[in-house]
Order: sequence, then structure tokens, then C-alpha cells
Amino acid sequence: MEGELAHIGAGLAAIGSGAAAIGVGNVAGNFLAGALRNPSAAAGQTATLFIGIAFAEALGIFAFLVALLLMFAV
Amino acid sequence: MATETLGADAAAAAPGMPQLDFSTWGNQIFWLIVTLVVIYMVLSRVALPRIAGILAERQGTITNDIAAAEDLKVKAQEAEAAYDKALLDARTEAHRIVAEAKAEIQSDLDAAIAKADAEIAAKAAESEKAIADIRAGAAVAIEEVAKDTAKEIVAAMGGSADAASITAAVDARLKG
Amino acid sequence: MADKAETGGLVFHPMDQFIIQPIFGGDVTWYTPTNAALWMGLSIVAIILLLVVGSSKRGIVPTRSQSIAELAYGFVYKMVEDICGKEGLKFFPYIMTLFMFIVCANFLGLIPTSFTPTSHFAVTVVLALAVFITVTVVGFVKNGAAFLGLFWVSSAPLPLRPVLAIIEVISYFVRPVSHSIRLAGNVMAGHAVIKVFAGFAAIAAVSPVAVLGITAMYGLEVLVSFIQAYVFTILTCVYLKDALHPHH
Repeated sequence: MEGELAHIGAGLAAIGSGAAAIGVGNVAGNFLAGALRNPSAAAGQTATLFIGIAFAEALGIFAFLVALLLMFAV
Repeated sequence: MATETLGADAAAAAPGMPQLDFSTWGNQIFWLIVTLVVIYMVLSRVALPRIAGILAERQGTITNDIAAAEDLKVKAQEAEAAYDKALLDARTEAHRIVAEAKAEIQSDLDAAIAKADAEIAAKAAESEKAIADIRAGAAVAIEEVAKDTAKEIVAAMGGSADAASITAAVDARLKG
Repeated sequence: MADKAETGGLVFHPMDQFIIQPIFGGDVTWYTPTNAALWMGLSIVAIILLLVVGSSKRGIVPTRSQSIAELAYGFVYKMVEDICGKEGLKFFPYIMTLFMFIVCANFLGLIPTSFTPTSHFAVTVVLALAVFITVTVVGFVKNGAAFLGLFWVSSAPLPLRPVLAIIEVISYFVRPVSHSIRLAGNVMAGHAVIKVFAGFAAIAAVSPVAVLGITAMYGLEVLVSFIQAYVFTILTCVYLKDALHPHH
């Protein structure tokens, strides 16, 4: 019974991946919108873009990790 | 097959995630530190100085080449300037020569014209004098002819008159 | 659990690929040569082949491998210089070591049936803790107690500053956690997803989709392998910049 609950929890944790996807899409989309308005400034900000994407994605990875822990370690 | 059973054994023995099997952490950390130290040594002793050297050398070569190209460009510009200057000089010289020649010809021409004018003037004066002589000669001749004619006319009319009175009368008439 | 799956006809062992196994048998003790040690060693070999052997001709006009070596050098060098400034160049060999190790381990891990050292928290936690300790030590050595000014946001209104200081301290100590879990999590997630697709490929009806999925995921993983190495390196640079210039 407990194992099944853990699997349900893992599935719920996987929702976090979708939330992270929204976050990453937001970062990349806003970057693109800004870059199209001012293409000359875009090249200097790719590092910031990747840092922002990494921070947004890290939280999705945390959700994934929680899912994995529930699946395999509980 | 062996790995399969080994994997199954390990999976059975360890928690589900091999990452959380802390019995292997010591091993991984040991090998990781060995790896990092080796990579750091290789990079800092051999690879990075060498690549930095290559890049610096290339930068130096490029800078030298650019400097040489700049030099050649300056030289070409100098040559062009010299050529332009020579061209300009030649043109000025040509202009000067043309002007000189023109002036010389002009002065020659002026002299010739002046000479010709003087000659013409002299000739004209001479001719005028000749005409005046002729005119004077003609007047004297007319006077004599008039006197002679008058004398003859007087004689033919039967009158007698001395030459002096006839001459005086003709003179008076001619002057009148 | 494995038995249950096998009875259903589907074999999912997405995490089996991460198991540490001794190469020559026996128990895993701290010095046993394991598959992790083997693939770390192979990444050393790859780095030496690329950066040392590749650049051995010292050509003014680079060969292919030499230009890749120069590209990697210039990439990391410019990153360190742009973010940390001239002072940060002291740490360039260290950051280059991290970058080259992560990128080589990630790419070698993409070879089928290989092992990826960077998918293990043991590895990434050590890498992240090394960065964290370096940054903290450098910060205190260079700035003394002024390094604590990093947590005291002087541009914020005074009543907010203690609250912000607490948040800043927490985020400072969360850095190694997110730094390590991001790398290992990304690599592990990609490999596990490929393995799950591989499990679906056993069912004839969906196997074409599964194989396509594997291909697509593999392409994404190639990208992720590089981006995660890049992100790890650039975050290291950002943290190092905090240590070198804590007053922004």
C-alpha cells in the first residue's frame, strides 16, 4: 500500500517538470523577444540567458529527483 | 549475463538509486580526486601554457603581418604621391615652356610688326614727299603753261604785251 | 520490483546503468578500480588527446584537433575574463579543469553501454563543494570580513536588510546543493529517459515510436551534456566573481 502511495507521489512530483518547462520557456521566450528588439545587445546576454535557464531548470530537476526518490529509495 | 546478475544483485542489495548507495561514495570520490589532480597537472603544466603560446605566437604573427601590410601601404601611398608630384611638375614645366615659347613668338612678332610698320611709315612719307614734289612741279608747269598760253593768246589777239605784265597778270589770276 | 516488471513483459531498469561495479570483481572499497574509475580515466585520456596531443604541432595555421583545443581554451578563457575580470585569470586552469572534465565525462557517457561519472552525486557534490570551499576561502582571504558584505544588501531599505541577509545566507549555502544536483540530475534524467524508451522498444507496437524517441532524446542529451558543463562552469565563474568583488 505504502509503495503504491509512493508511486502516486512520484507522479505528482513529475508535475514539477512541467512547471519547470513553463519557467524555462518563459526565460527563453522573453530573451528572444528582447533579442529581436535589440539584436546588437543580445550576444552579450547569452551567458545570462543560460544562467537563468539553469536556475529555472534546476527546480524541475529537484522535482524529478523527488520523483526518483519516491520511486526507488522509499 | 554476468553483469545482468551482478546488477540484479546490487539492485537487490542496495537502495533503488545507485547514486544513494553511500558505500560506493568513498571509491568515487577517491578516483574523482585522482582524476581532477591529473587533469589539473596536465592542463596547468603542459596544455594551457602551450595553447597560450600558440595563440600568442599567432597573434604576434598577425600583428607583424598587419604592420608589414601597413608599411607597404604607406610605401605605396608615398610612391603614388611621388608619381603625382612628378606628373604635376612635368605639367607645370610643360605649361611654362609653352608660355615661354608663346611669349618669345609674341615678342618676335611684335618686333616684326613694329619694323614693318616703320618701313611702311617711311615708304608712306617718301611717297608723300614724291607726291608733293610732283604736285609742286605740276603747279609750276601750269603757271608757265598759263603764261605761255596767255602770251600766245595776247599775240594772237594782236595786242602786244611785255612778258612781265602778262606774268604779273597771270600770277594775279592764279592767286585770285 | 524487477520480477514484477518482467512478469508484465516490460523490463524497466532505468537506474541499473548507474550501478558502480568493480572491473576485476571483488568488493567496492575506496581504491577498487570500478567502472566509474575507468570512465574518469578515459576522460583524462580524451582531454590529453585533445589538448596535449592535438596541440603538439604548434601550428600557426591550426589542424582540426588543434583548432578544437584552441576553441575550448578561448571559450573558457573568455568566460573567466568576462565574468571574473583579470583577477579571475589566476583560477583559469582550475575552471578549465572542471569544464574539460565535465564535458568529456558527459560526452563519453553518451556512448551506448558506457558509464557516466557525472551522473553520480558523489562526483558532482565533490565538484560543487570544491567550488564552494574555494569561493569562500578566496572571498575571506581577499576581502577579510568585508566578504560578509555580500550578504548585507546595502542598496535595500534598512528595515529589509536583516531579512534579505538571512535569505542571502541561505541562498549562499544552497548554492553547492543546486550546483551539484543540477548537473547530476540533468545527466541522470536524460540517461534514465533514454532507458525507459528503450524498455518500451521491447513492445512491437510502439517500438518505432520508442526508437524515434531514443533518437530525439539522444540529440537532446548531446545538447544537454554541453550546456550543463557550460552552466556549471559559468556558475563557478559567477560565484568566483562574488568572492573577488563582493560589492558588485
